[in-house]
Amino acid sequence: MKQPIYLDNNATTPLDPRVLEAMLPYFTEKFGNAASRNHAFGWVAEEGVDYAREQVAKLIGCTEKEIIFTSGATEADNLGIKGVFEMYKEKGNHIITAVTEHKAILDTCKHLEKNGARVTYLGVKEDGLIDLAELEAAMTPETILVSIMYGNNEIGVIQPVKEISAIAHKHGALFMTDATQAVGKIPVDVNTDGIDLMAFTAHKMYGPKGVGALYVRRKNPRVKVTSQMDGGGHERGMRSGTLNVPGIVGLGKACELCRLEMESEAIRLSGLRDKLESTLSKMEESYVNGNTQHRLPHVANISFKYVEGEGLMMAMSDLAVSSGSACTSASLEPSYVLKSLGLSDDLAHSSIRYGLGRFTTEEEIDQAIAVTEKAVNHLRELSPLWEMFKEGIDLSKIEWAEH
Amino acid sequence: MAYSEKVIDHYNNPRNVGTLNKDSKFVGTGLVGAPECGDVMRLQIEVGEDNVITDAKFKTFGCGSAIASSSLATEWLKGKTIDEALTIDNMDIVEELALPPVKIHCSVLAEDAIKSAINDYRVKNGLEAIVLEKSHH
Repeated sequence: MKQPIYLDNNATTPLDPRVLEAMLPYFTEKFGNAASRNHAFGWVAEEGVDYAREQVAKLIGCTEKEIIFTSGATEADNLGIKGVFEMYKEKGNHIITAVTEHKAILDTCKHLEKNGARVTYLGVKEDGLIDLAELEAAMTPETILVSIMYGNNEIGVIQPVKEISAIAHKHGALFMTDATQAVGKIPVDVNTDGIDLMAFTAHKMYGPKGVGALYVRRKNPRVKVTSQMDGGGHERGMRSGTLNVPGIVGLGKACELCRLEMESEAIRLSGLRDKLESTLSKMEESYVNGNTQHRLPHVANISFKYVEGEGLMMAMSDLAVSSGSACTSASLEPSYVLKSLGLSDDLAHSSIRYGLGRFTTEEEIDQAIAVTEKAVNHLRELSPLWEMFKEGIDLSKIEWAEH
Repeated sequence: MAYSEKVIDHYNNPRNVGTLNKDSKFVGTGLVGAPECGDVMRLQIEVGEDNVITDAKFKTFGCGSAIASSSLATEWLKGKTIDEALTIDNMDIVEELALPPVKIHCSVLAEDAIKSAINDYRVKNGLEAIVLEKSHH
């Protein structure tokens, strides 16, 4: 077994060798600029891009013309939100999003607030899902866009996208979703889900880094975004810049593989995830974070009370995982996503995210369980809080010296 | 961020983990930090004749640097007099463990824990508490 074991597939995924194989010719012999219309080099590159566009479109149930290639999901999020705000500002200036969104959405919205946007940040229930009645109540005639993520990157919960888009449309607003963690993992169909704009990226689905896409609806309604990158008018004028042909070919191949393997892969991964989660949550004072019914198949987020996440990760150096703790002097704030579920700071500091992927084996999960149990027990032996808990002391009654 | 070898050593083989009888008048206990901040240190000293620290124990909830800082502090405390212990500066810990700037607060916490344990001992034995500097914060 390779060490350390990679269980951080929500951060990024390894490139599938089949994707690499598809990409390689586009670095060397098929190196042309897809915008060169007058010679074979350009045509060959363009063919590669066109084919990738079909592969991407097929995965999410749209047409090829609705795909705008970008440098990744962050750029797609920026283009979608800023582009809609600028295009539709005559109609209104109100945007609705949620507090558990990725920073690419939240910080883009904050940026727009300085330019005259009014943004509502919906809270979430303790399972991580937004309250649909709260969304309905927040809608105004000025609302031009509702942007709610599909699956959360930290806890994996899946928002009720169909219901959200229906509410947005009822009030004449567009619906956008950051589907970075969902596309390729679970069935996402822009028509059945009522999605008008959708951001996603290749490197979360076994494709290369540095390439992603924004889906922009062309019919019912025809959606337009103001470009954020000016230049040669690529991607129907919405995103100028020479196309990253090998990257786009890789994204296309990654989408095709996900489409073909998603169903069996989701069953396999949720089986492994459930094994990991049910074993670890049997440990005393461990808690699973987020809704466990509406959830991506490959994510588990667990808090081990009375141990600190960063210290825990150090004890688990054989595992590559993530923690909701951020023990640095610049920010002692733990994960804002976990805090928005109503988790106390100490539980948020004690959380570990396990992200499984295509190359995760059952043997690795067994090893991860053993390593985690050993590390948690070791750190609890060192933890004054664990000792106090065991003595029956109510930690909330102690006056801690904040620092 | 990579940890220094000394941090890893203290983390993997923490010295003097444990609990002294906090009700004994020879034992001083310092409990500093807060669970919300992700760091809590409990440091205890046992003081013998001539104000010499005969034993020191710790338990820490926190990152690797916090655990290593408190482990190192207990090592340094043993055999020192109380007056000598009061001269331990957080920067000595930073230097010994090669802590990066983002982890300096772990050493500050260890220094606070030492002073707080000494004060607990002093108060128990009818002495005045020493006013702690707050300049680090």
